Amino acid sequence: MATPMVRAEAVHKNFGRNEVLRGIDIEVAPREVMCIIGPSGSGKSTFLRCINHLEKIDAGRLWVDGELVGYQERGGRLHELPDREVCRKRSEIGMVFQSFNLFPHMTALENVIEAPVRVKRESAAVATERGRALLDRVGLGDRLDAHPRQLSGGQQQRVAIARALAMQPKLMLFDEPTSALDPELVGDVLNVMRDLAHEGMTMIVVTHEMGFAREVGDSLVFMDSGMIVEAGNPRDVIGNPQQERTKEFLSKVL
Amino acid sequence: MTELSADPPVPPGSTRVRPEAIRAVPLRHPWRWVSAVVVLIVLGAVVDTFATSSLHWSVVGQYLFDARILQAAVVTLYLTAIAMVVGVGLGILLAVMRLSPNRVMAWVSWLYIWFFRGTPVLVQLFFWWNINTILPYLSIGIPFTHVMVQASTNTLITPLLAAILGLGLNEAAYMAEIVRAGIISVDQGQTEAAHALGMRRSLVMRRIVLPQAMRVIVPPTGNETISMLKTTSLAYIVTLHELFTVQQDISNFNYKIIELVIVASIWYLAMSSVLTVFQYYIERHFARGSVRGLPPTPMQRLRRMLFQFHAAPPFGSAAEPDGEPWLPPAMPHSGM
Repeated sequence: MATPMVRAEAVHKNFGRNEVLRGIDIEVAPREVMCIIGPSGSGKSTFLRCINHLEKIDAGRLWVDGELVGYQERGGRLHELPDREVCRKRSEIGMVFQSFNLFPHMTALENVIEAPVRVKRESAAVATERGRALLDRVGLGDRLDAHPRQLSGGQQQRVAIARALAMQPKLMLFDEPTSALDPELVGDVLNVMRDLAHEGMTMIVVTHEMGFAREVGDSLVFMDSGMIVEAGNPRDVIGNPQQERTKEFLSKVL
Repeated sequence: MTELSADPPVPPGSTRVRPEAIRAVPLRHPWRWVSAVVVLIVLGAVVDTFATSSLHWSVVGQYLFDARILQAAVVTLYLTAIAMVVGVGLGILLAVMRLSPNRVMAWVSWLYIWFFRGTPVLVQLFFWWNINTILPYLSIGIPFTHVMVQASTNTLITPLLAAILGLGLNEAAYMAEIVRAGIISVDQGQTEAAHALGMRRSLVMRRIVLPQAMRVIVPPTGNETISMLKTTSLAYIVTLHELFTVQQDISNFNYKIIELVIVASIWYLAMSSVLTVFQYYIERHFARGSVRGLPPTPMQRLRRMLFQFHAAPPFGSAAEPDGEPWLPPAMPHSGM
């Protein structure tokens, strides 16, 4: 069997005395789209942020593409990775945030080519060419020179997706990408994500969009208070939940 | 974007017939008139007092473009520039140190700011000017060897260097706090997004955080520069030939004290006015991306005022007034 793209084993995380993750075990295969649902405060976003080491985990193990996240195992002990290595690994993982977090002092195109040029040391010409193509692909080929504030939320989020894709990541993390959008703008963003999934991108999507999870997701995880309550095929979990907590949650959101 | 038709269908219960414009009797404000008259009388009295004094305006005119005064004004300007460069550069360094996860860095920065903000700048200038009394020689050497460069402090600390040290090091403490406030003002999500792209701390600071912090940093820095322009007058204590020292040197000879103070004041005012204009355009430059449209320049404002005077949008029209820099966001064109 191929190495899983992401593997988590008993991942724990606490902020002070507050336990946010209490033993997460998952496996995401290459080309798989996994959706994570659950009430706010259930630890979904925190788990996503652990995967690219924006948060350090306190116990358990977490691998991306067969390599430990944030650490290196030598002589039976874990050693923290130097900053350079952490950054290199992050550069291979794309992340899309709920609040877009585009760089407001740069145009759409500048946002997209910043990391390829500064981090991967690509030539500006090559990065620009790919940046244009990516923005075109997310339907913003005509807004290259717009600043984020001149774009609608849906357009900003599509620029943010293009920005993440510009690094040619092997894994994409989406942290509630449509939660901050007006309902009529959600569709455009989901379409871009759907296309990406069809092209075989490995994706982990924290979302409240049950339609997307059912239609595009290969697997679905329901989290509550830092634990996985139920996981499986999205149609089964949504259509026929086994756990009481899952039923209760779904009855409120569907 | 779909075209807005000139006549959208009128929903039931609303009317498109425009009622008569309101023509009400305007409210009178008699106290505004009274207070304006009182203030003008006081102002007139002040002007009259000075006009009838024995002040010799001809002396002011005579010295306004005196070569010594002009040269001194240049000294004042470049002392301001150098002191601000030192202050801003060191201030950025101190601010980054203050926010560093390294406790020693943060503490040293705190100590510096505490010391240099807590003592008067005049005292600091005096200190640097007289440092030779406690350190007659300054030497740089390689420890545990006899390789050493030595210089007499007396020749090293010129009036200019003493002024730069005194003003620049003091300014750095204030700039550090301004820069720190700017850095903190940048949304945490920006740093996070940059880290997620694989950018390292120093790169994130340089490319993402500082450019955005500039919007918060620039306005107070402009004020600091204008303030520095005037504070340079304290350099008279280190005998630097800047504007204030030179006008005093001249009036020591001819006893036209107030006339020469006025000459200096005119130059200080002129220079700070020019700096204010610079400040406006620099602030405008760094507002890019933070507002939908940039604030208009005074010229643009004038042009628009003239234009809008006879181009008021017709009632019920959805069009933006002409000349508005604001661009409505285009609607996403790919439907669901």
